[in-house]
Amino acid sequence: MNLTVNGVAREIESAPLTTLLDVLREELGVTSPKAGCEQGGCGACTVLVDGEPQRACLTAVGAIDGAEVATVEGMGAVESLSAIQQAFTHHYAAQCGFCTSGMLVAADAYLQRGGTDDREAIQEALAGHVCRCTGYVKIIDAVAAVARGDEFDLTVTAASPGMTNLGGVQ
Amino acid sequence: MTQATEVLSPTSADEAVAQFGDGSGVTVIGGGTIVVPEITYGRRSPTKALLLGRAGLDTLSFDGATVTVGAGLPVHRLSELAQDVEALAQCALNVADYEIRRQGTVGGNVCAGAAEDAPRGDLQGPFLALEATARSAGAGGETSEPLENFLAHREDRLLLELAFEKPGASAFAALEYPHTHEYTVLAVTGVRTQGGETRLAATGVAGHGTRLRSAEAAASDPEAAGKASLGDVTLGDDALASAWYRERALPVLVRRVLAKLGEAA
Repeated sequence: MNLTVNGVAREIESAPLTTLLDVLREELGVTSPKAGCEQGGCGACTVLVDGEPQRACLTAVGAIDGAEVATVEGMGAVESLSAIQQAFTHHYAAQCGFCTSGMLVAADAYLQRGGTDDREAIQEALAGHVCRCTGYVKIIDAVAAVARGDEFDLTVTAASPGMTNLGGVQ
Repeated sequence: MTQATEVLSPTSADEAVAQFGDGSGVTVIGGGTIVVPEITYGRRSPTKALLLGRAGLDTLSFDGATVTVGAGLPVHRLSELAQDVEALAQCALNVADYEIRRQGTVGGNVCAGAAEDAPRGDLQGPFLALEATARSAGAGGETSEPLENFLAHREDRLLLELAFEKPGASAFAALEYPHTHEYTVLAVTGVRTQGGETRLAATGVAGHGTRLRSAEAAASDPEAAGKASLGDVTLGDDALASAWYRERALPVLVRRVLAKLGEAA
């Protein structure tokens, strides 16, 4: 079997019923997709398969032979973060970070398909992603900011319009 | 993880039927949303697995009278029927979340076995109310039969497609239950046929989706129909709701669906 992972062609040696999550983490060393519930319920393992967000823990690798897989590792580098990565940083949208990879992938896909800053639409797009720190307000703030075309100053943390009792932390 | 000794990936429906054979010892994997975690958690150890993703079963057609849905159609694509079969589209959009609706298939959802922790088979209700015909393969060859019959032996068959006549109107009501996930805890689908017949079916009841025939017989009186529906089902406890709660919710959903059908008339 073969996959293209973050633009690099990879030959896969794992058995066909191995999950894509195990192939990425254990065979290829791509560790941004997290092994959370491993039954499709938390969203932490979400990656792009041929451009669509998909649960890596629910995907038998034999079912996507030849596919293009994209993860956070292919999204941006430390010195050149993508817009959604900048937004998550500026809006302090990650706490423990366990859900962040899946959130970033799903949010980026939402924005790529023309998603707006409508908070209900963002909630619907991210409905399958559980943040165990319950930091949803800031995550939605970050996605909405990219949809609006905001620019991000990464030296400060934004005030959250969804948390009116708290000021921004300088 | 125990791996299948044989993994097949048919590239046509005919090939899938041939490789399924009589179904003995075959684990069918559509989108994988149900079966793959069962393998991960050791509840299944396939010796022969059939990956259906490339079998060409992801079809959807409507000739103006009959809708035909391939078993491999991703659940989200049922939303394309919003104008003609509103209840089916609404039910599909109530399944899980964005990613799962794109990965899970109609066949996988309809054929899902019962689970102890949460209801499965969200789509069984609407397809039952639509009196869909199930075309399947397995021991004895290909057959077409009412979905209601097919559900009783679905785990022995390879579902190929579901077909039904476009209804005059349809309605869907689900128990809105705050949870981190969009499980269909309990739902009722109503259909008014082109000939004026009213049909009702529920999902989220014990076993699998169930026609509410007593409620149908009382459909002209929504209050009575709601009460009668309790005689059509067995209600169970699971992680999302108790039988006690479902017993109180089911008549409400029946009344809501009948009200919506009345508005559509």
